[in-house]
Parts: sequence; structure tokens; C-alpha cells
Amino acid sequence: MLVIKNLHAAIEGKKILRGISLEVKPGEIHAIMGPNGSGKSTLAAVLAGRDLAEVTEGSVTYFGRNLLEMAPEDRSREGIFLGFQYPIEIPGVSMVNFLKTAVNEHRKYKGLEPLSASDFLRIMREKKELVDIDSKLANRSVNEGFSGGEKKKNEIFQMAMLEPKLAILDETDSGLDIDALRVVANGVNKLKRPDNSAIVITHYQRLLDYIVPDVVHVLYDGRIVKSAGKELALELEEKGYDWIKKEVDNQN
Amino acid sequence: MLVYDKRKLMETDQDRIINDVTSGDYKYGFYTDIETEKIPRGLNEDTVRLISEKKEEPEWLLEFRLKSFRQWQNMKMPSWANLKIPEIDYQDIIYYAAPRQKPRVNSLDDIDPELKRTFDRLGIPLEEQKHLSGVAVDAVMDSVSVKTTFRETLAEMGIIFCSFSEAVREFPELVRRYMGSVVPYTDNFFAALNSAVFSDGSFCYVPKGIRCPMELSTYFRINSANTGQFERTLLVADEESYVSYLEGCTAPMRDENQLHAAVVEIIAEKNAEVKYSTVQNWYPGDKDGNGGIFNFVTKRGLCRGEGSKISWTQVETGSAITWKYPSCILRGDNSTGEFYSVAVTNNHQQADTGTKMIHIGRNTKSTIVSKGISAGYGQNSYRGLVKVLKNAKDARNFSQCDSLLLGDKCGAHTFPYLEVDNQSAIVEHEATTSKIGEDQIFYCNQRGISTEDAIGLIVNGYAREVINKLPMEFAVEAQKLLQISLEGSVG
Ligand SMILES: Nc1ncnc2c1ncn2[C@@H]1O[C@H](COP(=O)(O)OP(=O)(O)O)[C@@H](O)[C@H]1O
Ligand SMILES: [Mg+2]
Repeated sequence: MLVIKNLHAAIEGKKILRGISLEVKPGEIHAIMGPNGSGKSTLAAVLAGRDLAEVTEGSVTYFGRNLLEMAPEDRSREGIFLGFQYPIEIPGVSMVNFLKTAVNEHRKYKGLEPLSASDFLRIMREKKELVDIDSKLANRSVNEGFSGGEKKKNEIFQMAMLEPKLAILDETDSGLDIDALRVVANGVNKLKRPDNSAIVITHYQRLLDYIVPDVVHVLYDGRIVKSAGKELALELEEKGYDWIKKEVDNQN
Repeated sequence: MLVYDKRKLMETDQDRIINDVTSGDYKYGFYTDIETEKIPRGLNEDTVRLISEKKEEPEWLLEFRLKSFRQWQNMKMPSWANLKIPEIDYQDIIYYAAPRQKPRVNSLDDIDPELKRTFDRLGIPLEEQKHLSGVAVDAVMDSVSVKTTFRETLAEMGIIFCSFSEAVREFPELVRRYMGSVVPYTDNFFAALNSAVFSDGSFCYVPKGIRCPMELSTYFRINSANTGQFERTLLVADEESYVSYLEGCTAPMRDENQLHAAVVEIIAEKNAEVKYSTVQNWYPGDKDGNGGIFNFVTKRGLCRGEGSKISWTQVETGSAITWKYPSCILRGDNSTGEFYSVAVTNNHQQADTGTKMIHIGRNTKSTIVSKGISAGYGQNSYRGLVKVLKNAKDARNFSQCDSLLLGDKCGAHTFPYLEVDNQSAIVEHEATTSKIGEDQIFYCNQRGISTEDAIGLIVNGYAREVINKLPMEFAVEAQKLLQISLEGSVG
């Protein structure tokens, strides 16, 4: 569904991504690991269409279409969901209103009628249970005054509401205690369908105990320097990133 | 467009707010081709006499007008506001224009069908059976009131709701007693002008102990070219009564500027409560700042009785220039004044708006919440006075003035004034300035919401505290308006 070829991107003239190639097939879960500052969030942002990073080379196709030409809102409507590393606060806009707008925009794109208020609230209730999110959260303003953990859960909740084909979760596990982590992971697993895919960006092996990846990639200095099965995550957990950095530096 | 069907509203309000917005154009800019009686341009004593004569007014009212006119001649246009106002030629304005129809409309059949269609198009049906949730409307076109709905229903409760002209004819003692008691004709340049040439407006009296069961509403429409609109509204809530009053306004699109100078007076007696809401959507001019209404309005409420309360809520999205300070004089002990405002300036619009809270009685309370939104080249100023007089023991005020900027060519300014002569007063003031963040817009985009809709959402979130104060019908309308008036302001 997603084919990234030799992707280069720069932020304010500074090269951040330096030739990334990656293919995600329907049903696959890819984990992307790597030290801070290696470009993981930048990759996620480029895929979601944030114009902060400028693509200088390479291509990305999504179900055969040139993803890079699509507006960010259309990428969302076509089924790409980004779980933000740092979710944004929008004061005064209730989660209900925000999500209802989002869901109905998705429906409009597909030529469907907007959901009635009662249908929407029913679906929202179901999904809330699925991700075990506090009911009161939905009546509050988007992410405003949420704790770190609540924000992350809220991302998964939104994912549940929008039912994406490709979910990109950027460090959704960071800063979570083990219970919250389990909730988030369970949410992801429950929402997983055979033909849907996910790119899970994470620092820690522990999330991958719950969400089992098909492939683990290591992103370092804007490149994917290693790809292997899920056991790579364990190795990284034990040995850290230094050995990979050394390997890469020796090759250069 | 006002929406009256509450049941429908519950189901789909938010959907419609988001989906219904199709274009950023001013939707109310059409002109009704209707036979109109106009007097010649210009203003002198004869003009004032002519207006009074046309309205078949009693002598005392003519005297009031003439006094006001003489006062106005000796006054200068105020220049202290943070506004760039082009020279206004007061001799080039038509001071009276009226759709030609029978002078007194008794039934709907007497109204020109073209007029009816106009108000239908504006979403103001004049037929009473169309009002499902019960909003009584006084529809004013140019200088005259066209029709007031639900008069009889209200009259059964002793509530008077009619055009100002009718009130002068039918309830002269009430009008005489209260008119000018809150905004004297000497008050300021525009109030003096209005007092001299005002044409029509609404009058409302709610008797002792009565809670008005429906929203009362006046809809003002400027139709004719080159005319000024000078309406006057007088609202009296007698002891222990309650009324909620709404005001809406639109005008055709024209290249020239048109003057609107209104006066609104409210009197709240002991334990009475008045809610006055405005959704101001006069034509704002085009993208380059041509045309649009000059909106110079004096609105003031007097909390005369103990425990009375007056609450102003305004959503100001229209007009090329707005100069407006709905105020409260808190004379009664334990009285309360509130001012909730959202003012939008986009393109080349300018607004200098705020309030005055004058604490005279003991234990008086006031709340000010002002939300300015500037976009394009818009200039938005909040100007507010909190004054606590010597005998106003234990007065309290809380003011919050927020500014939101879209883009970097617009401006936001705040001018809070504070005069406290009683040491027991507690006065708090908070102010913030913020911008809509790229990251907020992207977050919405990533959930499938377009940038225009995202701005609508964010702005409505920002203004929610004020919007929530509006009656339901107006809240939905106001949210749409906010979004429409900011379209095209980013990207
Ligand atoms: N908004 C920005 N402006 C300038 N540089 C940025 C910005 N965002 C990220 N960067 C830089 O891009 C590089 C990659 O960052 P990021 O993609 O966030 O890494 P990771 O998610 O792997 O920690 C870092 O060097 C970071 O400093
Ligand atoms: Mg990151």
C-alpha cells in the first residue's frame, strides 16, 4: 500500500532524510526505531503532509497514487492516520465537535451522509470503551489540560474513530506507565484488521511485546541502516544503538 | 439567516455549521427593488420637521428632535477612537427612506409581497405560523418598521412589543418617561444625531413580575442607497421581570459607505433581568476596503433597581467601521452588568469596541469578556472603562480581553481604563494575545479537516465563552458567521 523510494527531505535547508526506501504491504506492522534526532518524526511528518519538511528527492506512492501531491486532509481521508508524538491543544474546541467534524469530513469524501448526532455519540461511546478512555475526556477541549498519558490515549481514541488503513504512531508509548502502555497497545491490537497496516515509531522494545511487528527498521542519521525481524528490537534494547552507529560509521 | 426550528437544530447544528458554509461572499448583499419614498438629501431643521411630520408625531417629540439637532450642530465627531474614519458629508445623506406601503399594517396581507420575500430571503419569516420556537420579530427596513409578529400573544401578558413609532402613538407616556433617560441627547455626537433624525426601531415594555416567554427580536435591514439608518430601541423591564432580546442586521453590498447611527436604551427596575444579544452583520465592504457600513452606535443600560441585571452579548462581524460601547450603569445596590463580545475584523475592517461599567450602587458586580479576532489588514481595538464611584462599596469587576491574530498585517489593541474611588473594590483584569498555530491547523488537517474549516473550528473554540451566552438560534448563526467572515484570511 505504501512504497517509499529514496526519500530525501530537508528542514530549512538542513538535510534530515537522506534516502529512505521502505515498502509496507497490507496487513503488515513495521516498527521504526532509532536514536533521538535521527529523523523518525520527520519521516512521519512528510508522510502526513506537513509542509515544514521539504522533499528534495525520491517518491512516495500510496495505493498507486503519488502521496506527495495530496493535500494533508486528503491523505487523512484516504486512510492515513498520524498519532502525534506531541499532540496539539486546541482550546475551546470540544473533542466531540472536533471528532464529529473529522468523521463527517471523512464521510463526505466517501460520498456518505453525515452521521446524525445520536449515531455519532453511540459510535463514540463504543470506541471510548475500546480504548478505555475516560468519558469526561470527550467533553473537554482537544488535548487541553490532558496529562501526557491522556494525550496519547486520546490519539488512539481518534484513530479508533477514523479507522485508518495506515496508522503511523509516533512514539505513542513514550512517557506512559506500564498500565497506560498496555491500554494503548491493546487499543491498537483490537483495531487491527487483516488488511490494515501500521508504522510504529518507538524507542522501546517493551511496546513491541504487545504490538508484534513484522519488520523492525533502524533509522539513523536520515537513513534506514538496518532492517530485520522482531528480534532486532530485543537486541537494540540490550545493546543500545552504539553498535549500529559504529557499524554505519565503519562502512562510510 | 436565523434558524427557528429548535428540534432540527439539536440534530444537525454542528454539521450544518461546518458543512453549510459554501462561500466567503457576503450572502445578504442583495438589493430589493421596491418602491421607496425618500426625502431629499441633506440635514437642517426642516429635515427634522419633515421626518417628524411624516411620522405624524406629537409636538413634544418634535421639540425633542429639534433640541437634539441644535445640540448636534454644536458638536464635533469624536476623534479619540483608534479608527481611521474618512470624512463624512452629513449633507450628502438621505435621512428618511421608507418602503411605500399603507402607513399602518394591520394584517400580513397589507405588506408588499416583495418585502415579505426580502425578509424570507434573510431567513426572517413574517408569517407567525412559521415561527416554531416562538421568536417574536420586529422587522425594520430602512426607516420604518415593516411588521411586528406575535404582538397579540404578548399583549395578553401585558408585554408591549412594537415599533418605536407605534409606541409613540399608543404609549406616549411610557416613551416620554424613559426615552433619553439613559442616553441623553447631549451624550455624544452620534447620539445627538440619532435623537434628531431617528426614524424607527423597537419598543418593549415588560410589566412587573412577567417573564417574557419568547425571545424578542428586531431585524434591521438597510435597503436604499445613500440613506443613513438611525434607529432607536427602548427596552423597559419593570420590577421582577425578565426579557431576552435579539438584534440582527444586514445591508446590500455597495461601493459607497453608508452610515448607521443607532441608540439603544435599556432600563431594568428592581430584580429585573435583561439579556440583549446582537449579531451584527452589516455589509463590511469588499476585500480592498471599498464600501461598507459605518456603524456608530450608542448602547447603554441602566440597572436602576436593586438586584437588577443587564447582560450585553455581541458578535460583531460586519461593518467597515464599528464604534460601539454597550455599557451598564449599575445604580441599584446588588445590580449586575455583563458584557460578552466577539469582534472580527478582516480585510480592511476596523473596530473600536468595548464597554463601560459604572459602579454606583453598593455590592455591584460586572463581568467583561472581550474576544477580538483580527485577520487581513483588520484593526481591532478593545476599549473599556471600569469606574467605581465613591459610594459603590464592595464593587467587583472581572475583565478578560483576548486577542487572536490571523496573519501579520492585522492589529490588535487594548485600551483598558480604570477609575476606582472606593478602596473596597476588587477589580481584576486579564489580557492575552495569541495566534492560530500552524501546528493546530496541521493537527486538524491530519484528521481530515480542511484549513478553512480548521480555522472556523479554532476561532469558534476561542470565542466559545461568548457564543455560549447567545440564545440557541443566534449561537448557530454566529458560529457560521464567524467562519464565513474569516474565509480567505489564510493560505
Ligand atoms: N521544526 C524544526 N525545525 C528545525 N529542525 C527540526 C525541526 N524538527 C526537527 N528538526 C531537526 O530534524 C532532525 C530530526 O528530528 P526528528 O525527525 O524529530 O527526529 P526523531 O523523531 O528521530 O527524534 C533533528 O536534527 C531536529 O533537530
Ligand atoms: Mg520524534
